Amino acid sequence: MRVEFTVNGSAESVEVEPRVTLADALREELGLTGTHLGCEHGVCGACTVLVDEQPVRSCLMLAVQARNASLQTIEGLERENGSLHPLQQAFSDCHGLQCGFCTPGMVMTAVHLLATNPDPTRDEIRAEMSANICRCTGYNSIVDSVEQAATARGALARDD
Amino acid sequence: MKPPPFDYAAPSSVTEAVDLLAATEDAKLLAGGQSLMPLLALRLARPTLLVDLQDVEALSSIETSVRSVRFGAMVRQHQLVGSTSHPLIGSAARWIAHAAIRSRGTIGGSLAHADSAAELPVVATAVGATMEAVGRGRSRSIGADQFFHGLLQTALAEDEVLTAIDFPLPRRWGFAELARRHGDFALVLVAVAEMPSEDDRTHHWQIAVGGIEGTPRRCLNAEQEATVAGVHTAAQIEAVARLASTEIEAVDHLHASATYQRAMTAELVSRALTQAVEPTTISEPSQRETAP
Repeated sequence: MRVEFTVNGSAESVEVEPRVTLADALREELGLTGTHLGCEHGVCGACTVLVDEQPVRSCLMLAVQARNASLQTIEGLERENGSLHPLQQAFSDCHGLQCGFCTPGMVMTAVHLLATNPDPTRDEIRAEMSANICRCTGYNSIVDSVEQAATARGALARDD
Repeated sequence: MKPPPFDYAAPSSVTEAVDLLAATEDAKLLAGGQSLMPLLALRLARPTLLVDLQDVEALSSIETSVRSVRFGAMVRQHQLVGSTSHPLIGSAARWIAHAAIRSRGTIGGSLAHADSAAELPVVATAVGATMEAVGRGRSRSIGADQFFHGLLQTALAEDEVLTAIDFPLPRRWGFAELARRHGDFALVLVAVAEMPSEDDRTHHWQIAVGGIEGTPRRCLNAEQEATVAGVHTAAQIEAVARLASTEIEAVDHLHASATYQRAMTAELVSRALTQAVEPTTISEPSQRETAP
């Protein structure tokens, strides 16, 4: 089946079998391998992307279900001038990753968190980020990262 | 971990969906996919055809009346979080898995999947929700007490589509859940609802416990005690909670002994009733606490 959607603002069209997940369409058809596949049955959160601004596990959605949707993936976060998104910068600064496998999903989950709750408490960050599993960090540095990004974004907003 | 091959159809009306289900052996409905997609990935389900309901716009409505709120089956769970039109659902929906699941998961999908450890079947049981189902040339209403037949089993026939669910509004309510990790299915969860009689002159308590048996359990003796004796004092609440814990049929499993499940039933019934009479005690999943 032919499926059309936008990814990080650019119109895309892929030809897929109905059984192909959105994650596989992004990775295999469009070469957007930043979206990682961990468990492939909706447990680990590594494949989280945004679909019409909502977080979605892209292994639990068929590509054909994404027709006409607007998708955001980790590849779309970097600024045009090459600088990192505040969350990417914070994950780097605070050692919010070690092996990095879970990081794209972590960051996309955090993008949605900060879009809906710009100034979360640490408990709220922990609750929201519990959707994503990390086997390296022990999570404290991930909470630190999201907290720093929230503070940085708050500062940016006040500068505007 | 890739789904097996299947055909795919996306009808724009319930009638077309019913016709597709009736005409195809082993066809399956696809709502939000948050239970079906894992089953496909693990190849525990091998449907020949998936009938996707996402284009059936008639299934996404929410209608509020004085006595109840009627949700179209394809209303997404994230739309329920914090709902003021049905505050019990609004509170319980915060406990459904994670944001990324609630984005796609639907109210009808959760009820049709019928996992008693999930929030919506327990709330539906507590308030006595009515499921509306459409099949070939017929439609019917099914009460929550008739809808859940067993673990992942419902009254729905193979060619029937769950189209809407009518949730009566309780006067007072409470919801409490215990899970091993944030967002997991519950070990035990409880919804309590004080429901008005038809003439609004009297009220009676309804108490549903999920996560322990194959279907949510109504604790009829505890309900009777709460309605007749009242839940004005801590001692009265404790008496109702103790009674509820004797009404469930718990068996030991890997994560909890039967004794523990009964103790947690009493604890959560007590918390839910306390919320009902003192709404300031309503808790949210982001508030960290140690297991009771």
